[in-house]
Amino acid sequence: MTSSQPINLQQAASADTAKVPSWKQNSDEPFLRIENITKKFGEFTAVDNISLDIYKNELFCLLGGSGSGKSTLLRMLAGFEAPTSGRILIDGIDMAGIQPWKRPVNMMFQSYALFPHLSVADNVAFGLKREGVGRSETKQRVEKMLDMVQLGHLGKRKPHQLSGGQRQRVALARALIKRPKLLLLDEPLGALDKKLREETQFELINIQEELGVTFVVVTHDQEEAMTLSTRIGVMNHGVIVQTDEPHDVYEYPNSRFVAEFIGSVNLFEGEVIEDEPDTVRIKSEEAGATLYINHGISCAPNQIVHVALRPEKIKISHEKPEQDENCIHGVIEEIAYMGSLSVFKVRLASGKEVRVTQPNFNRHMGERFTWDDKVFLSWDVDSSVVLTS
Amino acid sequence: MKRRSLFLNITAGFGFLFLYAPIIALIIYSFNKSKLVTVWGGWSLKWYSELFNNEQIINAALLSLKIAFISATLAVVLGTMAGFVLSRFGPFRGKMILSGWITAPLVMPEVITGLSLLLLFVAMEGMFGWPAGRGTGTIIIAHTTFCMAYVAVIVQARLSSMDETLEEAAMDLGAKPSSLFFLVTLPLIAPAIISGWLLSFTLSLDDLVIASFVSGPGNSTLPMVIFSKVRLGVTPEVNALATIMIAIVAIGVIAAMYQMRRQARMLAKPQ
Repeated sequence: MTSSQPINLQQAASADTAKVPSWKQNSDEPFLRIENITKKFGEFTAVDNISLDIYKNELFCLLGGSGSGKSTLLRMLAGFEAPTSGRILIDGIDMAGIQPWKRPVNMMFQSYALFPHLSVADNVAFGLKREGVGRSETKQRVEKMLDMVQLGHLGKRKPHQLSGGQRQRVALARALIKRPKLLLLDEPLGALDKKLREETQFELINIQEELGVTFVVVTHDQEEAMTLSTRIGVMNHGVIVQTDEPHDVYEYPNSRFVAEFIGSVNLFEGEVIEDEPDTVRIKSEEAGATLYINHGISCAPNQIVHVALRPEKIKISHEKPEQDENCIHGVIEEIAYMGSLSVFKVRLASGKEVRVTQPNFNRHMGERFTWDDKVFLSWDVDSSVVLTS
Repeated sequence: MKRRSLFLNITAGFGFLFLYAPIIALIIYSFNKSKLVTVWGGWSLKWYSELFNNEQIINAALLSLKIAFISATLAVVLGTMAGFVLSRFGPFRGKMILSGWITAPLVMPEVITGLSLLLLFVAMEGMFGWPAGRGTGTIIIAHTTFCMAYVAVIVQARLSSMDETLEEAAMDLGAKPSSLFFLVTLPLIAPAIISGWLLSFTLSLDDLVIASFVSGPGNSTLPMVIFSKVRLGVTPEVNALATIMIAIVAIGVIAAMYQMRRQARMLAKPQ
């Protein structure tokens, strides 16, 4: 996973503060409270009874595919759509009936929506002028904001004279200049190329920490969500399926949807044959073995469940490893060399294809794998997760 | 640049010749010294000076410019409103009828437009006593009617190609709907409005048929004067006048096109 590094950074940061999760440090009262929000367009339910608490200074990501309702939820926070039922409270104030131009919220649009007839500086100053901020203060604040997004020298340009990355930063500056309590970002990095996106991600986090604004980001890009956010809300069909820190969403998905949506995963169907508080054994025809997990689950005996296993948790070898538990074998069918890592697709006797990724530790790999090799796949008892839904 | 085939060159040349040869001939003959229109007698600006001493033509020209200016301005106001309704109000009762009504004058034969307006004015005069007689006022109304159709079509096209999130962004940044129009929408459609105005201006200046129906005695526009003069035999003066009008119309059309191009560039999506 390319996103593993920032997760580790965040873990390190939260380790200092002991048990209080980093996203909740600032207060116990949620800053943004979404209560049973539903939005219907005719017969179609875009957002289905969502409740969510977001705390001050969080960088919360709503992650979902197209049509999952994430953008509709964001537009309701901005005030462009009125909820069919439910309440939105920002800093304790009910937003019902408050028009978009009166909300303490600003939005960064996916298309950036920069005013093409205004210069960069005038675009950024737009919000301040509507507030009636004086000329000299406006000028000063615009300059400061443009410096922060490293566009101080381009204030006189028109938007169509800027590159995609520069436009993105103008949009960010324009949305931040009014010092909103809550900033909404709709696919903030969607229009940027990969390299620029990686740089901008970290810039965005720095700006968020510097200004102490609460961010709500909507994205369909799981990598973007993983690197940016304090917490992720995974959305599907108008509901939030799971809300957790990026690490937990990745390592402990609560459903097959989340496991498959975030990163890649191998799923083995199987039947629970032993269910103790600290041990679960699952007999899986697909894996051709009994799978053993060292944490208990709550399920009915003999229930059909899925065992989720991330490709990078699997060890691959020619020799049979010493462990007997969680060891299966198959034949390498495909190999993709990706520079930093290699991806193997291994076909099991049951016909099931298993995806395995191995980092390329050194240039001359100790053990060479090639097509049609018979290999053993093994993993630790705490590497896999049992999914009951 | 790709080399073009001989066939394409000939086609293009033929097209240009077909379109512009008569105009070029007219322009050249406006500088003719001879009194006979068809006989070349050397270069001269004589007919231009004659033209400026002809009070009838000058008055008609001034009247035409005045009518064109007023009706273009009215057409822009009404046409912009109509374009707005068509592109922004979503589906509403009578939308089909309105958009049909908007585009009808574009395809309606001018004779019919002129005749129907004349009948309307006569009937209205009979019923309410307004407009009392026909003259400059009725020509302005008639020109506004067909020019606003052009403006509405241009403005509607611009509005529907405009990113609607721009207006949402303005609201998000604190602009009330009342100021939104002047802060964002109007500046963005301004080039369309300007080109609509220029187009209306030239259309009004050009119009002979409709003006002939709805004008009254002593209110002849320039095309009407030219037409009546030509019927008595073409004088070289008319060539000079026509050349000047071609220049004005060409400037109007080029300016309108420039405005449209400029806006297209500005509104072009990134990448």
